[in-house]
Amino acid sequence: MASVATGADIATSVGLRRRRFMERKSLLALLLFLPPALILFTLFIVLPMVDAATFSFFDWNGYGPITDFVGFENYADVLTHRNFGTAVRNSLIVVAVSLVIQLPLAMWCAIALSERGVHINVLRTLFFLPFMLAEVAAGLIWKFVYDGNYGLLPAIGDGIGVDMPFVLGDKLWVIPAIMLVITWKYFGFHMMIFIAGLQSIPTEVIEAARLDGVRKWQIVRHIKIPMIRSAIVISVFFAITGALQLFDLIIPLSNGGPSHSSHTIVTFLYQFGILRMKLGFGGAVSVILFIACVIVALAYRRILFRVEQN
Amino acid sequence: MVDASRKRQSVISPIQWVTLAIVAAFVIVPFYTTALGGFKEIGELRVNPFGLPASWDPVRFVEILGGPRYFSSLWNSFLIAAGTVVLSTLVASMTAFALAHIKFFGSKFILGYLMLGLLFPTATGILPLFIKMRDLGMLDSHWGIIIVQVAFSVSFSVLLFHNFFKELPKELIDAARMDNCGYVKIYWYVTLPLSLPIIATVGVFNFVGSWNSFLLPLIVLNSEDKYTWPLGIMQFQGQFGSDWPRILAFLTLSILPAIGFFLLAQRYIISGLTGGAVKG
Repeated sequence: MASVATGADIATSVGLRRRRFMERKSLLALLLFLPPALILFTLFIVLPMVDAATFSFFDWNGYGPITDFVGFENYADVLTHRNFGTAVRNSLIVVAVSLVIQLPLAMWCAIALSERGVHINVLRTLFFLPFMLAEVAAGLIWKFVYDGNYGLLPAIGDGIGVDMPFVLGDKLWVIPAIMLVITWKYFGFHMMIFIAGLQSIPTEVIEAARLDGVRKWQIVRHIKIPMIRSAIVISVFFAITGALQLFDLIIPLSNGGPSHSSHTIVTFLYQFGILRMKLGFGGAVSVILFIACVIVALAYRRILFRVEQN
Repeated sequence: MVDASRKRQSVISPIQWVTLAIVAAFVIVPFYTTALGGFKEIGELRVNPFGLPASWDPVRFVEILGGPRYFSSLWNSFLIAAGTVVLSTLVASMTAFALAHIKFFGSKFILGYLMLGLLFPTATGILPLFIKMRDLGMLDSHWGIIIVQVAFSVSFSVLLFHNFFKELPKELIDAARMDNCGYVKIYWYVTLPLSLPIIATVGVFNFVGSWNSFLLPLIVLNSEDKYTWPLGIMQFQGQFGSDWPRILAFLTLSILPAIGFFLLAQRYIISGLTGGAVKG
C-alpha cells in the first residue's frame, strides 16, 4: 500500500495528490463508520434468515451436526399441520379487521383531531397512549377486562342482565375479543400518521375550497383524503406487517388457546418450532412468513409507486 | 368576533364530539379499572366495577414495592434500554453520516441493503437467531440482548438519521473539509452537535422499543434475576393466577414509569414515527 502511494505521489500533480489525500481520509472514515452497522445487521438479521432457509430442509433438534436432509418434508408438515391453517386465517382476519375497522376509526379521529386546540391535544395524547404501552401490559389489562369471574365484561353483563361467556376461553369469541384489543392498542398509531398527513396539506387549499362554498365533508372526501393518500398507503403497510408479526399481545391474552384456536403465524412458530426445538419445522414457517412479507413488500412498492405518480 | 366563534363551531361537529367521547371512554376504561383494581378486594371487582374502592389501603402496592422483583426487573429493563440507545445511536449515526456525506461507490447499495430490515418482521429469523446467539455464548446475558436489539434497530435509525443529515447545509461540511478537517472530526464536532433533535427522536424511539420488548428477552434470558419487567410481570401473573387485585397493582406500578416517560417524550416519539413514515 505504502509503496503504491509513494509511486503515485511522484507521478502526479499537487492537485491530484490533494484529492488522493482526501480519498484516503474518506476511506479511513468509511472503514470506521460502516462496519459496525453492516456486521451487526448481517450477523443478526440477514444470516438468521439464510439459516432458517437452510434448516428448513433438514431434520434437526438444535444439537450436533446438521446431516438429516429431508427435502421439502418440513414444508409439507407445516402446510398440513392442523393448526397452521388456523394461524394463517387468524393473521388474515387481523389484516382485514385492521383495514375495515381500525383504519377508518383512525381516520375519523384524525380528521377531528388534526385541528388545533387544548382539548384536541389532550385527546390526541390519550388516543396515542395505548400504542406506547408494552404489548404484554396491554394484554394483561385486557385479560382482566375479559376475565370470566372477576373481569369488567361479566360485571357489565351483570349490570345489563346478560350472562357473558368467558370470551378468552371460547373458540367463537376469542378472535373478536383479540381484535378489540388490537383496535384499542393500535388505532392511535394510525391516527397519528393520518394527522401528520392532514397537517401537511397547505391551508390555502382548504381555505380556497371553503370560500368556494364546498361543504366540510366534501372537503374531507374530495380534498383531504386524496391528498394524504401516501400516508394511507404507509398506514396500510404497517397494519399488514404488524398483523403478520403479531405475538406479544397474544401470549398474555390467550396464549394461542383455547385448543390452539387463536394462534397467529408467529405464536404458531413459537409454540411448535421454538418451544419444541424443531428447527427444520420452525425454519419452514420462517421461510413461508418471509415469502409472505416479500409479496406484501413488492405489492406495496407497486402501489406506492402508482400513488406517487398520480 | 361572531365570525370567529361560528368558525370554531364548524370545525368539529357535535357528531364528531360524541364519537370522540365514546372512543375516549373506550381508551380510558381499561386503564381506569386497572388503576382502581389494585385497591379493591377480589370480591369487589365484580360487584363494583366502575366505582371507587371501599378502602384506599395500599397494602398490595407496598408489598410489591418492598418485594425483590419489582425494582430489579425495572432496573434490568432500564440497563438494557440505556445500553441499546447509546450503542444504536452511535452505530446508526456513523453509518448514516458516511452514507449521506461521503461520496463512494456502492453507498446507494449499502443504504438499500440496510433498508431491507424495514420490510421483514424480526420475528421471522428468531429461531436461527437463538441458535446463533447460543453458539456465540450470548444467551442469558443483558449484553446479548443489547447487541441484537442494536442490530434490530439499525434500519429504522439509519433511515431517520439519513433523512436528517441530507437536509443539513452542505456548506458546513464543505467548509470543514476546506480546513482540512477529517470526516471523523466533522462527524463528531460538526454534524452530531447539529443533530440533537434527531438524536433525541431516535434515542427515545429505541428506548421505548427496548423497554417494551418481549419476544427477544423471552427466548434469551433464563435466570430470574436477569428478567426484564415484561418477563417479570408474566411470571407474576402466572404465579398468582387470578388474584387480580395483586396483579392489577403490579400492572399499575409497572406501567406508571412508562406513562410518565411517554408524557415527557411524546414529542420525539411522534416526530420519529411521522418523520420516518411520511417521508420514508
